[in-house]
Amino acid sequence: MRPETEAQLSEAIRDARAPLRIVGGGTRPVGADLSGAALHTGGLRGVSLYEPAALTLVVRAGTPLAEVGALIAAEGQRLPFEPVRWGPVLGAAGESTIGGVVAANVSGPRRIQAGACRDSLIGVRFDDGSGAVVKNGGRVMKNVTGYDLVKLMAGSWGTLGVLSELSFKLLPAPAEQATLILPDLDPAAAVPALSAALGAPYDVTGAGWLPGTGAMVRIEGLSESVSYRAGRLAVLLAPFGRVIEMRDGAAALWRDLGEVAPFHGATGDLWRFSVKPGDAPGIVARLGFPVVLDWGGGLIWALVPEGTDARALAAPFAGHATRMRGSGAGAFHPEPAPVAALSAGLRAQFDPRAILNPGRMG
Amino acid sequence: MQMPIPNAGVLARKAQIVARLRALLPADAVIDDPAETRAYECDALAAYSCAPLAVVLPRTTAEVAAALRLCHDEGVPVVPRGAGTSLAGGAMPSADAVVLGLARMNAVLEVDYDNRFIRVEAGRTNLSVTGAVEGEGWFYAPDPSSQLACAIAGNIAMNSGGAHCLKYGVTTNNLLGVTLVTMAGEVIEIGGPWCDAAGLDLLGVICGSEGQLGVVTEATLRILRAPEGARPVLIGFDSNEVAGACVADIIRAGVLPVAIEFMDRPCIRATEDFAHAGYPDCEALLIVEVEGSGAEIAEQLGLIRRIAERHSPVEFREATSEDEAKRIWLGRKSAFGAMGQINDYMCLDGTIPVSSLPHVLRRIGEMSAEFGLAVGNVFHAGDGNMHPLILYNANTRGDLERCEALGAEILKLCVEVGGCLTGEHGVGIEKRDLMGVQFAPADLEAQMRVKDVFDPHWLLNPAKVFPLAASAPRRTA
Repeated sequence: MRPETEAQLSEAIRDARAPLRIVGGGTRPVGADLSGAALHTGGLRGVSLYEPAALTLVVRAGTPLAEVGALIAAEGQRLPFEPVRWGPVLGAAGESTIGGVVAANVSGPRRIQAGACRDSLIGVRFDDGSGAVVKNGGRVMKNVTGYDLVKLMAGSWGTLGVLSELSFKLLPAPAEQATLILPDLDPAAAVPALSAALGAPYDVTGAGWLPGTGAMVRIEGLSESVSYRAGRLAVLLAPFGRVIEMRDGAAALWRDLGEVAPFHGATGDLWRFSVKPGDAPGIVARLGFPVVLDWGGGLIWALVPEGTDARALAAPFAGHATRMRGSGAGAFHPEPAPVAALSAGLRAQFDPRAILNPGRMG
Repeated sequence: MQMPIPNAGVLARKAQIVARLRALLPADAVIDDPAETRAYECDALAAYSCAPLAVVLPRTTAEVAAALRLCHDEGVPVVPRGAGTSLAGGAMPSADAVVLGLARMNAVLEVDYDNRFIRVEAGRTNLSVTGAVEGEGWFYAPDPSSQLACAIAGNIAMNSGGAHCLKYGVTTNNLLGVTLVTMAGEVIEIGGPWCDAAGLDLLGVICGSEGQLGVVTEATLRILRAPEGARPVLIGFDSNEVAGACVADIIRAGVLPVAIEFMDRPCIRATEDFAHAGYPDCEALLIVEVEGSGAEIAEQLGLIRRIAERHSPVEFREATSEDEAKRIWLGRKSAFGAMGQINDYMCLDGTIPVSSLPHVLRRIGEMSAEFGLAVGNVFHAGDGNMHPLILYNANTRGDLERCEALGAEILKLCVEVGGCLTGEHGVGIEKRDLMGVQFAPADLEAQMRVKDVFDPHWLLNPAKVFPLAASAPRRTA
């Protein structure tokens, strides 16, 4: 099935007699393998509204991410949360769609400063499991009219509804960036340095650690401001080790960080931890396997031998862990019973026949 | 304002319910003397009030859970209350409801600068969250106008914004986790000092649910290091359209001010008479604030000045001292008080696409003339969150109704141009019956299903948010 209109989407869901597997670009095969008939969203494609002066974009869910990025880049704008492709690291060919980015609430390095995908998402249209069209939010930045189902849909992995249209607030792309690199730090030593940078009044928009590169701190903005803050940060970070300032070429490093490039094509299971940043050095030590750090240490990507229960190995920690690549049950973090009951209750309400990606987040 | 008929069974059992609450909670935590419950009869939407059945003021999450469990078992509706500053009637009780006030739960539980969060009890006021960390140079970003009085619990319930949310976002963008007590008395931890949800984003739907899904007793909030400095400029224009165009150009230019505030002539004049801030007498006025070091501020303001000059401003006043900065903000911060000096007023809160600003301001002017009620506009222009203030006289028969009718027309206009009914105040009882203008029945049904999951018997703040007719089958089930 490949509906091209919202009406066709509703019909496809209404007429379904068995579970459906919702497919955008197919680049995020996380969680349980699903067996249902594929419902492709790629036919729901195109921009519904783009108002650069209002920093607003409304786009249909099946539109390729690359197309969205090119459109708004031509106006000097960008999605604040720095969406990243997971296809290369998950070994999934295909072209990421904007709907898939939302369904998985995917955010890149700038998440630490500009918020997650769900924070830039200001409106949704979706079909629930009965095929009813629901809209929530809208196209304005401040909106508290009724419950915020926009946030609920972001990161729901197609289990509450099939997204058909999305509204985002955008930001102007800054004139300049500077990246400070501390090449001599290992992951454990990087976290306090990143924390110091994020705790300074210099509006850091990226803070991570890449094997072979070291700790990385990014600032963006008007040119004089970037020079000023780069200078201050270099002084602030000097006690942690050698600091190198990089202007050109840093974009590739941040892309590598967001897309977890060091683990492309590597064998083994891939885990993604979202934790209290201060817990990261301990987790990295307990894991004892290669890692990439983002979000000041709050996001840990770990490459472990196939079948390793990295969640158990890393314990105890505050936060959650998802097995991004690898097989078996328990990819998503188990929820405490009362939270699991609420989540199950919501799924039963939005998808009473349990036909939308059933079990995907199990 | 229509409210449901109170549950006669609950009213008849008042003495027994109060006695059971007293048995559970400390003696001073239960109030049922009508003289003492008077303070809880309304919130900042003072045109409407109702004496509650009783008021409970717990000191711990366990006491909150005990009170809720009891009310759940007795089938008593509960109206959660932070500081009672809702402009939408979010904390207005009904005669059969127990008001659950969080004012006594105001402790700071944990401050962690390395991991950039603070955990507080939810009755703590917004400003005192910043107060707990500003000594170390940090702050909590959302800054609703009522921040001196309003509680974090209410901020979470209404997903409150503020003047500086253009850069820093609203409550939901700064909330990391909550301790939530459900109507059944279950205590649930959701989120924490890390990024994003493990599963479904329950935190995202709890924030802004107007106290209908649970009672938040503790909150983990993101704190930020305060910028090195901030400076406002005041820019006057001789037309709303030109001011609106200037806002759009500033936003597009790549400089992101922390605030862009807009005032129109009726508002400028009223505040000038009241606060004497020295504002120019012009058609429209922008206050733009930028942050950073001295040199960064100069760089941003230089760019803003070049943009503004293309629109021939009648005034461009840059604060050169702390005192001048305060004077620039003085009028804006006094605006509501100034309008209140003239008359009673109703403050609307619709959001519009910023591109529709000139059209909407023109239409509001026309409607104001039609209804014979003055309207002043002061609002957050950067994000299109309007605050039309309709002046009326509460002592004049029919004035309030006329004011509400005009308010409804203005909000319908906001929706018509692609906006929404409320940008930061919430729906409460005030905009409840207008929800059908913005939402189709299926849209409201999807939202009510969320409440069905958290509060199956619809006992928490039940007569709010949804049109009474739409929620009736659930409330009376």
